[in-house]
Amino acid sequence: MVAIALLSDFGVEDGEEVDLSGAWKLSLLSELAIGTVGVVESLDLPGEIQHHLMHMGFVPEARVMVVRRAPAGDPTVYSIDGFEVALRRDTAKAIRVREYERPTTR
Amino acid sequence: MSECCSTTATIEVPIEPRVAGRIRTVALVGPPNSGKSTLFNRLTGLRQKVANYPGVTVEQRVGRLNGIGRGDLTLIDLPGIYGLDSYSEDARVAVEVLHGEMPGTPAPDAILLVLDSLQLRRQLMLAAPVLGLGLPTLVLLNMSDLMEARGGEVDTLALAQELGVPVAKISATRGAGLDSITHFLNRKADPLVNGNGSPTMADADRLAAPVAGKIELPVMGNPRSYRQWATGISTRTKYKAPLSNEWTKRIDGVLLHRIWGPLIFLAVVFAVFQVVFSIGQPLSDGFGDVLNGVGARIGALMGPGWVESLLIDGIWRGVASVLVFLPQILLLFLFIGVLEDSGYLARAALIADRVMRSIGLNGKAFIPLLSAYACAVPAIMATRTIENKRDRFATILVAPFMTCSARLPIYMLMIAAFIPNKPILGDLFGLRAAVMLSLYVLGFVAALATAWLLKSSILKASSAPFILELPQYRLPTVRSLSLRLVDRGKVFLRQAGTVILAVTIVLWVMSHVPFHTDLAGSVIGRIGQFIEPAIKPLGFNWKIGIGLLTSVMAREVIVGTLGTLYGADPATQSLGLQAALRHDLTLGGAMALVVFFAFALQCTSTIAIVRRETNSWRWPALQFVYMSVLAYVAALAVNQVILHFVR
Repeated sequence: MVAIALLSDFGVEDGEEVDLSGAWKLSLLSELAIGTVGVVESLDLPGEIQHHLMHMGFVPEARVMVVRRAPAGDPTVYSIDGFEVALRRDTAKAIRVREYERPTTR
Repeated sequence: MSECCSTTATIEVPIEPRVAGRIRTVALVGPPNSGKSTLFNRLTGLRQKVANYPGVTVEQRVGRLNGIGRGDLTLIDLPGIYGLDSYSEDARVAVEVLHGEMPGTPAPDAILLVLDSLQLRRQLMLAAPVLGLGLPTLVLLNMSDLMEARGGEVDTLALAQELGVPVAKISATRGAGLDSITHFLNRKADPLVNGNGSPTMADADRLAAPVAGKIELPVMGNPRSYRQWATGISTRTKYKAPLSNEWTKRIDGVLLHRIWGPLIFLAVVFAVFQVVFSIGQPLSDGFGDVLNGVGARIGALMGPGWVESLLIDGIWRGVASVLVFLPQILLLFLFIGVLEDSGYLARAALIADRVMRSIGLNGKAFIPLLSAYACAVPAIMATRTIENKRDRFATILVAPFMTCSARLPIYMLMIAAFIPNKPILGDLFGLRAAVMLSLYVLGFVAALATAWLLKSSILKASSAPFILELPQYRLPTVRSLSLRLVDRGKVFLRQAGTVILAVTIVLWVMSHVPFHTDLAGSVIGRIGQFIEPAIKPLGFNWKIGIGLLTSVMAREVIVGTLGTLYGADPATQSLGLQAALRHDLTLGGAMALVVFFAFALQCTSTIAIVRRETNSWRWPALQFVYMSVLAYVAALAVNQVILHFVR
């Protein structure tokens, strides 16, 4: 599927559909660097936890930004739909994301 | 709930079956930290606890809608939820009440759905399952003043059209827009007046109501579909999210900084103890002088006699000796209030997650543990937000080790009486504050060690995930902080006026019967001497022993007890309580006593709440025995060490 998402963080107006298929890289949420943005691809967690996270907004196509790490390096604070939530590395490892790489030709 | 810490009066509501078209009960529903309890307090005039972190409300609260002149209607405040699944204990409560399955709570006939307009796009996800319940619903966009101030926008009329229910912008903190709720209830609650809810001109400004039409809800039970639906609606209603709170990011940059974060946390804690001593102690001393002066004045007016002895030496001394600690307790609560209202508490949990993980719990357990510094009872309630049951029980069992405010009087009394006020780090940090801080650390370490023991034995479980929403920082308002202090002051005074008053009267009588004997020959003296052998190795005399017995009701009772007993003893009658203690106890005994209090579970309210939350007597019994044994052994060790190695 072609990535069509809300991209206001990239300076694109809400609702505008943009084809970014060439610029995405598959990754795990736990591997994203601070300040980068990923689009949730899939979750692989025990049923209840997965359901809970999805109700918080961690559903496929949701945009997640890595905000900062706790002083001890873990957990990490993520921003999703305008709010911040902290997850441990163990949990973030189970969330597959597409990482957006800014085209260098701009 | 216990007498100790509940300040909200709840009402009994008759349970009647739902009648279509008639509203008697309204429920406040919404995601965590969206402001439901603030609104509840506005609408009912009650004082349900509010603070700035998710999970403050953990059980349903019921009140009458007196705040908007509809005392005939019942309002239910519910814990925050993300969806209609019961993921944790607090969410289970909310979902059961909504479905009308909670015994003792009426099923709601209408819903006020409270959404935080600062993050409407995500919060709208909850609207899908809630609207799916099919009850008359009013959607309230809370904190809309903040949203607009930061450049956010939303077309409420379009939103009402999309959702098929009326929508209104409000600010629960300021009390703005609440007339929309009155209009909604008047129209819905009284089927004779315009039952279908088409808006009149007067309503139109305040309440955006939909024109009848077909509404599309997403596939039920599918969060992905909820999100698509919510995103679509927020786009079509031209929702413009407010600029993100730059302050929150900047403050977090410092408070969650690798090095500065933990250091600032420690510095704040040091500062608090120093303030409690350097500002609180003179206040308490002054307050104590006033109380004693008044007592002496009244005593002189009455002239000597048994009435004077009962009123002044018994009751006044007993009650006043506890009351003098009010300033310090209020200072502590002011600090806790700032922590909770600012949004820092969730950050503290984040910083602590690493330590908590090493003992088998997670950072979320840190929030109840921190609030146990005020009182263990609400802290044990607050464990309901912990998803894993074994983690939750472990947290319940260790929470009473945290130094609650009821320990403050005996700590302050013993430290002021026995520890010289020597500076350690200049004027910034003195010896008394250091001893006080080490008692707090002692309790905290005992809590962690016990949690580790439990988690590696009877409550073993694989580690639960840590999922914590971080609220935006908010400046605590003077109003909310002063309300907390007033409420806390009332609880403290009520305790002094009931439990402590009763204990002092009984003690006075028992220390004067049989007549014409000295204190040692009185009933209380004989009881004391009977138990003295058991506590002598700890460095305690029989008066302390009586204090240990009475303080099983509540910890601060020991101070009232000592006040009364030393007041009844002619040898110490003329001395102040501190001087009397110095005259009668060694340093070892005094320090053993505070260590005993650091560990012992002397609080009937805590025992009762543990019984309720674990639904068994087994856990509170285990807890009581474990903590008592630990207290005895530790106090014994402290006294013996000081006896043999100090001086």
